Amino acid sequence: MATTAIDHAPAHTHEHTGLWSWITTVDHKRIGILYGATAFFFFLVGGLEALVIRLQLMGPNKTLVSPDTYNQLFTMHGTTMIFLGVMPLSAMFFNYLIPLQLGARDVAFPRLNAFSYWVFLLGGILINVSWFTGHAPNGGWFGYANLTTKQFSPGPNIDFWTVGLQVLGVASLAAAVNFFVTTVNLRAPGMKMMHMPMFVWMSFITQILLLLSFPIITVALILLMIDRTFGTSFFVPTGGGDPILWQHLFWLFGHPEVYILILPSFGIISEILPVFSRKPLFGYAAMVFSGAFIAFVGFGVWAHHMFATGMGPFADAFFSLATMIIAIPTGVKIFNWIGTIWGGKVDFKTPMLFAIGFIAMFIMGGLSGVMHASPPADLQQTDTYFIVAHFHYVLFGGAIFAISGGAYFWWPKMFGKMLDEGLGKLHFWLMLIAFNLTFFPMHILGLNGMPRRVYTYSAESNFELLNKLETIGALLLGFSFLVFLYNIIKTWRTPQPPVGADPWNAATLEWSIPSPPQHFNYPTLPQVHGRDALWELKARHGGPLPEPQRVAEDAVLMPNPSWKPLVAAIGVTVTLGGFIGGSHLWVHVAGVAILLYGIYAWAFEPAFPEHH
Amino acid sequence: MPDPAHRRPPSRVPALMLAAVVALLAACAPDQYPQTTLLPRADFAKASDDIFRTTLLWATIVFVLVETALLVAIWKFRNRPGAAEPVQTHGNTTLEIVWTIIPAFILAMIAVPTVRTIFQTAQKPGPEALQVEVIGHQWWWEFRYPQLGITTAGELIVPMGRTVSLEMTTKDVLHSFWLPQFAGKRDVFPNRYNNLWFKAEVTGNFPAQCVEFCGIQHGRMAYRIISKAPEEFDAWAANFNQPPRDFSADSTAPALVKTGQQLFTMKGCIGCHSLYPALPLTGPNLHHIGSRTWIAAGTLENTDENLAKWIQDPQGWKEGVLMPNLGLTDQETQALVAYLRAQQ
Repeated sequence: MATTAIDHAPAHTHEHTGLWSWITTVDHKRIGILYGATAFFFFLVGGLEALVIRLQLMGPNKTLVSPDTYNQLFTMHGTTMIFLGVMPLSAMFFNYLIPLQLGARDVAFPRLNAFSYWVFLLGGILINVSWFTGHAPNGGWFGYANLTTKQFSPGPNIDFWTVGLQVLGVASLAAAVNFFVTTVNLRAPGMKMMHMPMFVWMSFITQILLLLSFPIITVALILLMIDRTFGTSFFVPTGGGDPILWQHLFWLFGHPEVYILILPSFGIISEILPVFSRKPLFGYAAMVFSGAFIAFVGFGVWAHHMFATGMGPFADAFFSLATMIIAIPTGVKIFNWIGTIWGGKVDFKTPMLFAIGFIAMFIMGGLSGVMHASPPADLQQTDTYFIVAHFHYVLFGGAIFAISGGAYFWWPKMFGKMLDEGLGKLHFWLMLIAFNLTFFPMHILGLNGMPRRVYTYSAESNFELLNKLETIGALLLGFSFLVFLYNIIKTWRTPQPPVGADPWNAATLEWSIPSPPQHFNYPTLPQVHGRDALWELKARHGGPLPEPQRVAEDAVLMPNPSWKPLVAAIGVTVTLGGFIGGSHLWVHVAGVAILLYGIYAWAFEPAFPEHH
Repeated sequence: MPDPAHRRPPSRVPALMLAAVVALLAACAPDQYPQTTLLPRADFAKASDDIFRTTLLWATIVFVLVETALLVAIWKFRNRPGAAEPVQTHGNTTLEIVWTIIPAFILAMIAVPTVRTIFQTAQKPGPEALQVEVIGHQWWWEFRYPQLGITTAGELIVPMGRTVSLEMTTKDVLHSFWLPQFAGKRDVFPNRYNNLWFKAEVTGNFPAQCVEFCGIQHGRMAYRIISKAPEEFDAWAANFNQPPRDFSADSTAPALVKTGQQLFTMKGCIGCHSLYPALPLTGPNLHHIGSRTWIAAGTLENTDENLAKWIQDPQGWKEGVLMPNLGLTDQETQALVAYLRAQQ
């Protein structure tokens, strides 16, 4: 049986609390919570940046912020939401859920996991420190050369960006290796690949995308950095370089990045929908293969971001058709999600509302995506607000809806308490209405000629009315997250009866152990016989399982806590940070020294406690 | 029968909601937006628009069908008291094949005209077309007409009914030249020429702006596209080819204009701004600036007040622009305005 309790062991839980225990933790669940809290903070920062943007655009020729500040704001809004918001929010779910859903005790490399988090945190801080020096990145999240070369951007703004993203890339790559190995090696006995929960499948594919695409952006960033620092000419036309090389490298990363942002969300809602429809996921194999197909073809469509660059008709036709083909597996996913609901018994709990909202909004984002897959149409749409509308329907209507639903769904597992349903529903409806009020009018504005990335617009353009509506929507959208924040605080402070291991009558293994789980997750590893392992157990048992008992914390030998990953992370950040505003030799030397010490100490410390 | 005195006043909410819906629908009407892409006025833009409308039609059909299916599913299968446990289906191969093939078919309906239009719009116009060299600068556009020996800035002037062939590049960073009413857009790259072409079907003065982020003043890098009747265009070109008006020896010229001419040299304007139709310098060419419709890269109407405001405080309107504030007095500014106004 999966959750055999060691009844005779006294359930003494020597709580590891306090700041030091968090700094030295190598527990995937704690690291997941750290990722979640940090990413949510950055997400709110990115949201505030968006609100300033919206206030500036509320009317024509407004001067709330200066043109350069505006450019910094939209650059940092995009950079923050992608690299410090949605990606690490997904990483929260990877960390917390992949080992639990696989029936494992931790990730394959717990200290490497801590290292990933610390590098992410320091990279996020590094890139945001630029606000305090007044030199926040201002070249767009896409950083197009040759605007970002030294000649046209002499300040340290772009350095913060190239260095910050390289640091964040180290975090993403280390984490991707970790979750890849974890998924391949640490599945519970009996769990075949085609038994894995859909969230693990989509996350697994995401790790492959990360492993293949992040080296590309890293190379591009290094080339740009040495162009800027040492005067090479990879992207400098006067030195024989070519700015279009940057675009190919950037989008060769940037398009897979879109799937890195959205595939985990596909996984999240594929977990929520069956539980609240009381029916298994429809077309499991098709879901797996469509996800893999999207990821694979996703590497062959990058130049649809470049239809306006004049690549010639053959390249345009190829990238157009490849892009349209992606609509087919995406459609399969949407139909399968509706098929999961169809014939079920739909319970409109908050996570389910967000999952349904995800489908409804993602359809919209997908269809507008098909509209600019056609180059002749895209020549009008690209770089207008139509595109801004499109990708917010995908990344906010998609990813943020799914992540919010996932937060409500797994909150009781993570913290042993239910978030308030009433506030949750209020959050959902406010967000749904405000989201559409903010982003739907952008379609109309874009088609009627409003370009992206402009700090203002003329009165003649007549863009004012719809921009006003969008700003009102954005403020309401911000308010919906205050409701969420209030819900979190209220739940935190209000005592609740224990939620039990399985409050949703869910399908996957993480719901078979106490909420929150103990350090080692599973006292004995579960035996798996098929998909939806917990539903299967409950079916065999003929009803709900008895509540699992907590067992002695030292019943299972777990890795030692360690502060060495933090040291190594500081080393990485300092080494690369020495490239801000030129190359500072002694900063590099100090950084390398810290890094070497961190790795050395890490390599020679005992991973596990002495057995006593 | 209810007492009329106690009847509740009619709610204003439905009326307000109706008004909001009407206002929103009105806000969608493209003819209110001078920069709209939805009212194509040339062959190239119409080809783009045809594809857009085909795709929009299919997208709308799919949107309505799939969203309806979703809403029906959640309504029909909502949890009701006493509902039985659902049948635990895992999939349906036939159904899954069908909903793979139908989208593929719909995509083919879009893909075929797409590929046809890609190759159609990629053809280059013949030598009879009017050639215009389009050059992006931070943050204004230069237009050269090699067949006519003309260099101008901020206003692309074209003849209606004749194909215009644009050869486009940049002097500094990437920009993107957009003709929302006439053709799509193309990015411009240093050391490389990109093309677009179109044949305007109407006359008029249309706004447009740069659509590739190009630095601090990307937001105010606009221009006008002016389509003239063929004979008006020829007259404009012939007139434009005159040398700049020189008032130094003209005894009938107002003193203010003469002062302006001296200031144009003394204050250094002449270092960047050419007044000769075929002479490009680093700043926008100002030949016939007095008759242009918009100034400051298409962001200010060419009135005396705007011209004065721009000359006196370019950094106030376009912070970071390469044109410095020269500390001109009001009198100096008026003189320069008078001189530039006389250049037409």
